Amino acid sequence: MAARERTVTTMSDLANTVMLAAAAIVVVLAAIVLYRVVAGPTTHDRVVAVNVIGTSIVIVLALLSAGLDRPEYLDIAIVYALLNFVLSLVVGRFTYQSDGVKWR
Amino acid sequence: MTLVTALVVLFVALGVFFTFVAAVGMIRLPDVYSRSHAATKADTLGAGFAILAVAVYFGTLGEVIRGAFLLVFIYYTNPTAAHAITRAAYSRGIDVWTTEENRQEESR
Repeated sequence: MAARERTVTTMSDLANTVMLAAAAIVVVLAAIVLYRVVAGPTTHDRVVAVNVIGTSIVIVLALLSAGLDRPEYLDIAIVYALLNFVLSLVVGRFTYQSDGVKWR
Repeated sequence: MTLVTALVVLFVALGVFFTFVAAVGMIRLPDVYSRSHAATKADTLGAGFAILAVAVYFGTLGEVIRGAFLLVFIYYTNPTAAHAITRAAYSRGIDVWTTEENRQEESR
Protein backbone atom coordinates (compact mmCIF):
# COMPACT_ATOMS: atom_id res chain seq x y z
CA MET A 1 0.00 0.00 0.00
CA ALA A 2 2.82 2.34 0.83
CA ALA A 3 4.48 1.56 -2.49
CA ARG A 4 1.30 2.43 -4.33
CA GLU A 5 0.95 5.80 -2.59
CA ARG A 6 4.56 6.59 -3.42
CA THR A 7 3.80 5.76 -7.05
CA VAL A 8 0.85 8.14 -7.06
CA THR A 9 2.85 11.04 -5.66
CA THR A 10 5.85 10.62 -7.94
CA MET A 11 3.85 9.97 -11.11
CA SER A 12 2.38 13.02 -12.75
CA ASP A 13 -1.36 13.36 -13.22
CA LEU A 14 -0.76 13.65 -16.96
CA ALA A 15 -0.21 9.90 -17.34
CA ASN A 16 -3.46 9.11 -15.48
CA THR A 17 -5.43 11.59 -17.59
CA VAL A 18 -3.96 10.21 -20.82
CA MET A 19 -4.84 6.65 -19.78
CA LEU A 20 -8.46 7.56 -18.97
CA ALA A 21 -8.89 9.56 -22.20
CA ALA A 22 -7.46 6.69 -24.24
CA ALA A 23 -9.86 4.29 -22.50
CA ALA A 24 -12.77 6.54 -23.49
CA ILE A 25 -11.57 6.64 -27.12
CA VAL A 26 -11.23 2.84 -27.23
CA VAL A 27 -14.79 2.49 -25.88
CA VAL A 28 -16.05 4.72 -28.72
CA LEU A 29 -14.10 2.60 -31.26
CA ALA A 30 -15.67 -0.58 -29.85
CA ALA A 31 -19.09 1.01 -30.27
CA ILE A 32 -18.20 1.71 -33.91
CA VAL A 33 -17.19 -1.94 -34.40
CA LEU A 34 -20.62 -2.88 -32.99
CA TYR A 35 -21.98 -1.82 -36.41
CA ARG A 36 -20.33 -4.91 -37.89
CA VAL A 37 -21.99 -7.13 -35.28
CA VAL A 38 -25.41 -5.77 -36.28
CA ALA A 39 -24.90 -5.53 -40.04
CA GLY A 40 -22.41 -8.30 -40.78
CA PRO A 41 -23.81 -10.52 -43.52
CA THR A 42 -22.59 -13.84 -42.07
CA THR A 43 -22.25 -15.32 -38.59
CA HIS A 44 -18.48 -15.36 -38.90
CA ASP A 45 -18.40 -11.60 -39.54
CA ARG A 46 -20.24 -11.12 -36.29
CA VAL A 47 -17.94 -13.43 -34.34
CA VAL A 48 -14.82 -11.68 -35.67
CA ALA A 49 -16.35 -8.32 -34.68
CA VAL A 50 -17.21 -9.62 -31.19
CA ASN A 51 -13.60 -10.82 -30.92
CA VAL A 52 -12.36 -7.31 -31.76
CA ILE A 53 -14.72 -5.81 -29.17
CA GLY A 54 -13.44 -8.28 -26.57
CA THR A 55 -9.84 -7.28 -27.29
CA SER A 56 -10.90 -3.62 -26.99
CA ILE A 57 -12.42 -4.37 -23.58
CA VAL A 58 -9.16 -5.99 -22.48
CA ILE A 59 -7.35 -2.79 -23.58
CA VAL A 60 -9.88 -0.65 -21.66
CA LEU A 61 -9.44 -2.75 -18.49
CA ALA A 62 -5.65 -2.47 -18.71
CA LEU A 63 -5.82 1.30 -19.28
CA LEU A 64 -8.29 1.72 -16.40
CA SER A 65 -6.01 -0.23 -14.07
CA ALA A 66 -3.29 2.34 -14.76
CA GLY A 67 -5.56 5.39 -14.92
CA LEU A 68 -7.28 4.65 -11.61
CA ASP A 69 -4.15 3.13 -9.96
CA ARG A 70 -5.85 -0.21 -9.38
CA PRO A 71 -3.46 -3.03 -10.33
CA GLU A 72 -6.05 -5.73 -9.56
CA TYR A 73 -7.92 -4.83 -12.75
CA LEU A 74 -5.12 -6.54 -14.68
CA ASP A 75 -6.32 -9.90 -13.31
CA ILE A 76 -9.81 -9.19 -14.62
CA ALA A 77 -8.28 -8.35 -18.00
CA ILE A 78 -6.46 -11.71 -18.07
CA VAL A 79 -9.68 -13.59 -17.26
CA TYR A 80 -11.55 -11.64 -19.94
CA ALA A 81 -8.91 -12.49 -22.54
CA LEU A 82 -9.25 -16.19 -21.66
CA LEU A 83 -13.05 -16.11 -22.02
CA ASN A 84 -12.79 -14.22 -25.32
CA PHE A 85 -10.50 -16.91 -26.74
CA VAL A 86 -12.80 -19.72 -25.60
CA LEU A 87 -15.81 -18.02 -27.22
CA SER A 88 -14.10 -17.75 -30.61
CA LEU A 89 -12.78 -21.33 -30.53
CA VAL A 90 -16.19 -22.76 -29.59
CA VAL A 91 -18.01 -20.86 -32.35
CA GLY A 92 -15.32 -21.80 -34.85
CA ARG A 93 -15.60 -25.46 -33.87
CA PHE A 94 -19.40 -25.63 -33.90
CA THR A 95 -19.87 -23.90 -37.24
CA TYR A 96 -17.22 -26.03 -38.97
CA GLN A 97 -18.52 -28.34 -41.67
CA SER A 98 -16.11 -31.20 -42.32
CA ASP A 99 -18.14 -32.64 -45.19
CA GLY A 100 -18.47 -30.66 -48.34
CA VAL A 101 -15.12 -28.92 -47.91
CA LYS A 102 -13.21 -28.52 -51.12
CA TRP A 103 -9.67 -27.47 -50.20
CA ARG A 104 -8.12 -26.07 -53.32
CA MET B 1 7.41 15.60 -17.81
CA THR B 2 9.60 12.70 -16.86
CA LEU B 3 10.89 10.05 -19.22
CA VAL B 4 8.40 7.47 -17.91
CA THR B 5 5.47 9.79 -18.58
CA ALA B 6 6.70 10.50 -22.10
CA LEU B 7 7.04 6.77 -22.82
CA VAL B 8 3.57 6.10 -21.40
CA VAL B 9 1.99 8.82 -23.54
CA LEU B 10 3.81 7.56 -26.65
CA PHE B 11 2.77 3.93 -26.16
CA VAL B 12 -0.84 4.84 -25.33
CA ALA B 13 -1.05 7.01 -28.47
CA LEU B 14 0.32 4.16 -30.61
CA GLY B 15 -2.11 1.70 -29.04
CA VAL B 16 -5.12 3.94 -29.66
CA PHE B 17 -3.93 4.53 -33.25
CA PHE B 18 -3.69 0.83 -34.06
CA THR B 19 -7.05 0.13 -32.40
CA PHE B 20 -8.49 2.87 -34.62
CA VAL B 21 -6.95 1.16 -37.67
CA ALA B 22 -8.60 -2.11 -36.62
CA ALA B 23 -11.98 -0.40 -36.24
CA VAL B 24 -11.69 1.22 -39.68
CA GLY B 25 -10.71 -2.14 -41.17
CA MET B 26 -13.68 -3.86 -39.56
CA ILE B 27 -16.07 -1.33 -41.07
CA ARG B 28 -14.53 -0.82 -44.52
CA LEU B 29 -13.02 -4.15 -45.64
CA PRO B 30 -15.17 -6.27 -47.94
CA ASP B 31 -15.37 -9.87 -46.60
CA VAL B 32 -14.76 -12.09 -43.57
CA TYR B 33 -11.20 -13.00 -44.46
CA SER B 34 -9.90 -9.47 -44.92
CA ARG B 35 -11.82 -8.31 -41.84
CA SER B 36 -10.19 -11.00 -39.76
CA HIS B 37 -6.87 -9.76 -41.17
CA ALA B 38 -7.59 -6.32 -39.69
CA ALA B 39 -8.80 -7.88 -36.43
CA THR B 40 -5.75 -10.09 -36.08
CA LYS B 41 -2.88 -7.77 -36.91
CA ALA B 42 -3.93 -4.21 -36.07
CA ASP B 43 -5.93 -5.00 -32.95
CA THR B 44 -3.25 -7.32 -31.55
CA LEU B 45 -0.59 -4.65 -32.06
CA GLY B 46 -2.81 -2.00 -30.44
CA ALA B 47 -3.38 -4.23 -27.40
CA GLY B 48 0.36 -4.88 -27.24
CA PHE B 49 1.19 -1.16 -27.13
CA ALA B 50 -1.52 -0.40 -24.56
CA ILE B 51 -0.39 -3.19 -22.21
CA LEU B 52 3.24 -2.12 -22.68
CA ALA B 53 2.21 1.39 -21.61
CA VAL B 54 0.50 -0.01 -18.51
CA ALA B 55 3.57 -2.09 -17.62
CA VAL B 56 5.85 0.96 -18.03
CA TYR B 57 3.46 3.05 -15.93
CA PHE B 58 3.39 0.68 -12.94
CA GLY B 59 6.99 -0.46 -13.14
CA THR B 60 6.62 -2.82 -10.16
CA LEU B 61 7.46 -6.51 -10.54
CA GLY B 62 4.00 -8.02 -10.07
CA GLU B 63 2.30 -5.70 -12.55
CA VAL B 64 5.05 -6.17 -15.15
CA ILE B 65 4.76 -9.95 -14.87
CA ARG B 66 0.96 -9.81 -15.20
CA GLY B 67 1.26 -7.44 -18.17
CA ALA B 68 3.79 -9.73 -19.86
CA PHE B 69 1.49 -12.71 -19.29
CA LEU B 70 -1.45 -10.81 -20.78
CA LEU B 71 0.68 -9.67 -23.72
CA VAL B 72 1.97 -13.16 -24.57
CA PHE B 73 -1.52 -14.56 -24.14
CA ILE B 74 -3.13 -12.05 -26.51
CA TYR B 75 -0.35 -12.53 -29.06
CA TYR B 76 -1.00 -16.27 -29.09
CA THR B 77 -4.78 -16.42 -28.85
CA ASN B 78 -5.95 -13.61 -31.15
CA PRO B 79 -4.54 -15.06 -34.42
CA THR B 80 -5.55 -18.57 -33.33
CA ALA B 81 -9.16 -17.50 -32.75
CA ALA B 82 -9.32 -15.61 -36.07
CA HIS B 83 -7.87 -18.62 -37.87
CA ALA B 84 -10.48 -20.93 -36.33
CA ILE B 85 -13.32 -18.63 -37.37
CA THR B 86 -12.08 -18.11 -40.94
CA ARG B 87 -11.45 -21.85 -41.32
CA ALA B 88 -15.07 -22.48 -40.31
CA ALA B 89 -16.20 -19.76 -42.74
CA TYR B 90 -14.23 -21.32 -45.59
CA SER B 91 -15.63 -24.76 -44.79
CA ARG B 92 -19.11 -23.26 -45.07
CA GLY B 93 -18.28 -22.08 -48.58
CA ILE B 94 -18.42 -18.34 -47.96
CA ASP B 95 -17.12 -16.57 -51.03
CA VAL B 96 -13.69 -14.98 -51.08
CA TRP B 97 -13.83 -11.38 -52.28
CA THR B 98 -12.13 -10.86 -55.65
CA THR B 99 -12.01 -8.16 -58.27
CA GLU B 100 -13.93 -8.54 -61.50
CA GLU B 101 -10.80 -9.27 -63.56
CA ASN B 102 -9.68 -12.07 -61.25
CA ARG B 103 -13.13 -13.63 -61.39
CA GLN B 104 -13.05 -13.66 -65.18
CA GLU B 105 -9.56 -15.16 -65.21
CA GLU B 106 -10.61 -17.94 -62.81
CA SER B 107 -13.66 -18.86 -64.87
CA ARG B 108 -11.61 -18.97 -68.03
